[in-house]
Amino acid sequence: MSAGAGVRRKHDRARMRRGRGVAVRGALVTVCVLYLAVLLLAPLGGIVWQARKPGWSALGDPFTRSDVVHAFWLTAIIALITVAVTTAFGVIVAWVLIRHRFRGRALLNGLVDLPFALSPVTVGLACVLLFGRGGWFHEFFAARGIQIIFALPSMVLVTIFISIPFTIREVQPVLEEIGTEEEDAARTLGASVLQTFFRVTLPNIRWGLLYGIALSAARAIGEIGAVLVVSGLIQGRTETATLYIYRAMEERKTASAYAVALTLAGVSILILAAIEWLKHKRTREDEA
Amino acid sequence: MASAAHAVERRWSLSSRTAARLRHWSLRTAAVAYLLLMIALPAAVVIHKGFARGLGDLRAALAYPGATGAIWLTLATSTAAAAINAVFGTLIAFVLVRFRFPGRRLLGALVDLPLAIPTLVTGVMLVALYGPNSPIGRTLEGVGIQVVFAQLGILLALLVVTLPFVVRAVQPVLLELDPVEEEAARTLGASGWTTFRRIVLPAIRPAIAAGALLVFARSLGEFGSVVIVSGNITGRTLTAPVLIFQLASQFKPEQAAAVASVLFAISFGTVLITTRLTRARKAEAP
Repeated sequence: MSAGAGVRRKHDRARMRRGRGVAVRGALVTVCVLYLAVLLLAPLGGIVWQARKPGWSALGDPFTRSDVVHAFWLTAIIALITVAVTTAFGVIVAWVLIRHRFRGRALLNGLVDLPFALSPVTVGLACVLLFGRGGWFHEFFAARGIQIIFALPSMVLVTIFISIPFTIREVQPVLEEIGTEEEDAARTLGASVLQTFFRVTLPNIRWGLLYGIALSAARAIGEIGAVLVVSGLIQGRTETATLYIYRAMEERKTASAYAVALTLAGVSILILAAIEWLKHKRTREDEA
Repeated sequence: MASAAHAVERRWSLSSRTAARLRHWSLRTAAVAYLLLMIALPAAVVIHKGFARGLGDLRAALAYPGATGAIWLTLATSTAAAAINAVFGTLIAFVLVRFRFPGRRLLGALVDLPLAIPTLVTGVMLVALYGPNSPIGRTLEGVGIQVVFAQLGILLALLVVTLPFVVRAVQPVLLELDPVEEEAARTLGASGWTTFRRIVLPAIRPAIAAGALLVFARSLGEFGSVVIVSGNITGRTLTAPVLIFQLASQFKPEQAAAVASVLFAISFGTVLITTRLTRARKAEAP
């Protein structure tokens, strides 16, 4: 009798504890959702609400203006060049850092993290110090009539700098993990170096590489600090999409700033969707 | 006959070895040149200009009105952002890994959103919601809380931009952690909090530290979101990166380089510690 009561009491306690566990879990999830709501969801809603305040049809108005169209073109061109350069050299650097052994390798590896430590504004400043009036390379390029500062070359250079680490850091661990067995086998069977790279290595690193590309594309499209310092803000010439938003906010033309910002956020969310898909794909392939 | 074939083979292997060595060298040269020209050179020029005329000049540049204040403000807001996101980032990572609930994947994707959204757009988003043109901003101001054009806005912007770092540092470690130990602790009567504090936390502490340091380093240099939100009032909401921008656009590259060098020294130290921590963790793992 008393034993039965004891068992029942134990059951009750266990159930109470389980009930409390569910409550705690619910509370913790709610805290997380609230945190993300205050920081991300509500501001995202805020910009949608502000952008459509003049009416949905007015949302497209800025895009009929030539300076806005030009700004988006410039952003696309800079992002394309940046991704091409950081992808090609990113693979080479990752390869050399993983497969070669030489003095100063660790130092070189540390150098890759440097862009994470430099403020984008500082990167722009460095570019001005190198190519601007009185800079180290100013005379060389000025004598040949090549404009670097306040023109496309400097904007591309600083954006590449900012985006360098992403591809390298995503490809490195994959290269390390796959090892050299398959490559050695292909070489022994008579495949050329290039064949081995494109048929064996590249397929193995493709998800990591694509993930790195998506990250650097997002970073290149969204870059502002570095580009702001070197661009000279010439409307319709050196103004990217982010610089346009910056100018519109400064000039209190908030309606078009919100519309362009919302568009840029939309593009970024598409890139993020691609990133999530890649991550999913990669983990699934890892499990297989 | 046999020796001729042998000679041909040897010549072939010799030339192929030369080719291999050539390839080896050209790849390495390309990698080294790329990193030196694209990364080391720009960093060197800033430090060179910043310290061009010795430490005395650096001190003079820092005496520039607002410079010390801006650096302190940047340090304070970055520290606060690192502390707050260390707590919430760990919580979010724990919830994402250990709990199963509807919308879990969506929550995970949301955490990555700041990696994709331009930081400038983040700033515009915050102004759109908490700014003077929005009913929420006006309500908050009515009760005495000013977000936009105030230090709170800077902190909020930093928190958004660095949200993914701690979560992404802690998540993989939690995933690898065997839940058996936690279950054993629970069976032996430990409460959920005790289990977390005694079993889980020691295992993920290096990851939390690495993530928080990354938040700190990134916050030190953050520009795009802050320049929109802060209003850039000298002595109150002017951060060091915004000051560097102002000095650079006023054609005062020496002063700009001085402030940039100080900022760079602090954040590079932080990044060095972070990579040490991550490497130590990887070395520990089998």
